[in-house]
Amino acid sequence: MDALTALRWALRRDLMIALRRKADALQVLGFFVLAAALFPLAIGPQREWLQRIGPGAIWVCALLAVLLALPRLFESDHADGTLESMLASGQPLAGLMAGKMLAAWLVSGAPLVVVSPVLALSFDLPGELMPLLMLSLLLGTPVLLCIGAIASALTLGLKGGSTLVTLLCLPLYVPVLVFGAGALESSQAGLSAQAHLALLAAGMLLTAVASPFVAALALRISVE
Amino acid sequence: MNFFRFAAPQAFYPLAGRLLPWFAAATVLLTMAGLYVGLVVAPTDFQQGEVYRIIFIHVPSAWMAMFIYLVMAAYGVFTLVWRTRLSALMTRALAPTGALMAAIALYTGAIWGKPTWGTWWVWDARLTSTLILLFLYLGYMALIAAIEDPVRADRAGALLLLIGVVNVPIIYFSVRWWNTLHQGASVSLTAAPKMAQTMLTGMLLMSLAAWMYTITTALHRVRSLILDRERHTQWVRELVAPVPATAASSQASDPHRQSQP
Repeated sequence: MDALTALRWALRRDLMIALRRKADALQVLGFFVLAAALFPLAIGPQREWLQRIGPGAIWVCALLAVLLALPRLFESDHADGTLESMLASGQPLAGLMAGKMLAAWLVSGAPLVVVSPVLALSFDLPGELMPLLMLSLLLGTPVLLCIGAIASALTLGLKGGSTLVTLLCLPLYVPVLVFGAGALESSQAGLSAQAHLALLAAGMLLTAVASPFVAALALRISVE
Repeated sequence: MNFFRFAAPQAFYPLAGRLLPWFAAATVLLTMAGLYVGLVVAPTDFQQGEVYRIIFIHVPSAWMAMFIYLVMAAYGVFTLVWRTRLSALMTRALAPTGALMAAIALYTGAIWGKPTWGTWWVWDARLTSTLILLFLYLGYMALIAAIEDPVRADRAGALLLLIGVVNVPIIYFSVRWWNTLHQGASVSLTAAPKMAQTMLTGMLLMSLAAWMYTITTALHRVRSLILDRERHTQWVRELVAPVPATAASSQASDPHRQSQP
């Protein structure tokens, strides 16, 4: 089968598994909402402060929520031998990886985008900022997930792997956070967010194209 | 002479041993010369006074921190593409020195910043990206330490370095942009006044010293790594226990040795 068929197969399979274990996706979403709710509790309910830190806080919470979703990407497939079968099958591994990553984003990343306006309301962000918030998360969360998938593949089966993934990912997440939260902040400051969004989109396209191949290589290194 | 002969750990081990004293001597001489020029010859800065002299440690270590990461990534390419053994060991040998240089750059920057800027830390683009560079070093070291299988650790580390090296310019650029959007640092490092000739000389000497120090420590460390990695091979056994008569246990297991008197 060619790479696209492999992608579709892996996507279908992982979505079906996610559909039968709905709690997994809800956990990530619950973390996102609860973590964001901690910020007002920590700094106080003053409106100006909340509006000031809102975009950054929501973005940091989205970033951490994606990190939380990463262990599920390969762990159970590694435990039950599915990954070894995928490697041994001779099918295009990058296609399978792309399918898995897309499924993981649909299950864990997309809900964050959908729920983010509610959080924006809780931070009292103005309504015209919400499409921008959703767009920046739409462009940014796939990058976070792709980088995280590579790190997960590299740390496959290691003791304390999820802590290690966090350590590996967070430095690499810096540009995404800067451009994502920066888009909202420049819009709040009355500037155009276009440049931030364009860079975020460029990063998204680059990681979307490159990361399945890199993740496949990382998986080969880890399993072989 | 075939230069690639030294890509074999067995051939590189004695070569590194022969080179080591020379690089160590160069480190000592250049450091002494650099410190003499920097601390004695170079004039006092009319704005900052004596405190600016920390530049002779600060700038070379910051340069080395960036440069060592690039060298490690280059070795990573060799490890991934040609699966050479020595390149992976060199990467491992360089990592602690790179992390140390980044830490020194941050530490000296902080104690330089306090008297001149009035603060230990500003979220300047260079400071922030050096901090992230330190975390990239630590992440690499944590990854290779966590993987028990040495070949997997080498290759996983190499891939991580390559991802990191693609990201380093993006990180620097993004942090710089982020910084200009916020209220920028009140003091810009890029607009430094023209340096006196002796200051430049001192800094160049110290940079060369940092180079030599890096090479010395890397060679020293790689020798230990080679012995550790190749401990099951014949040549390491002969090196570690050169006199067969004293190693009674290896005599029994080794057919070559038994024929010797």
